[in-house]
Amino acid sequence: MSENSMRSTSMRSTLGRVRHLGSAKEGVHHWWMQRLTALALVPLVLWFVVSVAGLAGMDYAGALAWIGSPSVAITLVLLIGATFYHAQLGLQVVIEDYIHNEGLKIAALVLVKFAMIILAVASIFAVLKIAFGG
Amino acid sequence: MSAHNRPLSPHLQVYKPQLTSVMSICHRATGIALAAGVLLLVWWVVAAAAGPEAFATAHGFLGSWFGMLILFGFTGALMYHLCNGIRHLFWDAGYGFELETAYKSGWMTLGAAAVLTVVAWIIVAAG
Repeated sequence: MSENSMRSTSMRSTLGRVRHLGSAKEGVHHWWMQRLTALALVPLVLWFVVSVAGLAGMDYAGALAWIGSPSVAITLVLLIGATFYHAQLGLQVVIEDYIHNEGLKIAALVLVKFAMIILAVASIFAVLKIAFGG
Repeated sequence: MSAHNRPLSPHLQVYKPQLTSVMSICHRATGIALAAGVLLLVWWVVAAAAGPEAFATAHGFLGSWFGMLILFGFTGALMYHLCNGIRHLFWDAGYGFELETAYKSGWMTLGAAAVLTVVAWIIVAAG
C-alpha cells in the first residue's frame, strides 16, 4: 500500500464520521490529546533537561531562586501539566491492553488517574509556593 | 465452540525480534518507567517547597551514586521516549511507513537518544 492511499483512506463509516465518535464513545479525543501533549513536551522536556543539567548540584537557595523566577515557574507548571496529562493517557492504554479482569481494570484506571492528578497538583503547588515566596 | 477454546493466531514469542518490534515495546516500557521515575522529580520540587531539611534529604539521595545511576537511566529512557515519540508523530502524519524508512528512522532514534543522553551528562559534569 502506498503512503498516499494510507493517508486518504478512511476506515470509518459515513455515519460514524458525522458523529465523530467510535466504540469508545469519545471519538479521537484521547488519541489527539496524547499527540498534543507529546508535541508540547518536546521543547518543555529539552528545556528542563538542559536547565537542570546545567544547575546540577545547586544548593537550597539556588534551587529556590531558579524555581521561583517567573519565567521558570510558568514553564515548570506547563511542563508538569503536560507531563501528568500525557502519563495518564499512556498508562490508561497500558492498563486497558493488559488487565483483562473488568473490576481490576477499572480499579487500576481510577487509581492511576487519581495518582497522576495528585502528583500534578502537589508539584504545581510546590512551584507556586516557592514562586510566591511562601 | 466456547470463546475460551477458539484457535488463536500465533503469539508474539513465535516471531523473531526485530528492531522495529523491539523499539515499539521499548517505547511503552520507557513510558511506564518514566511515569515511575518522575516521582523522584516530584519529590525534589516538593522537598524544595517544604524546607531546607527536606531538600537536603532529597538532594543527598539524588546526588549519591545510586541516585545518579537512577537519574542516568531516567535520562536515557526520557531521550529514547522523546526521540521515538517524534518518530511516532511522523507516522501519525502518514510518513515513514516504508520498511527501509522505518529501519532508518529506528537507528536514527537510537543514535539521537544516545547522543542527547551523553550531552546532558556532559553538561552535568561541566557544571
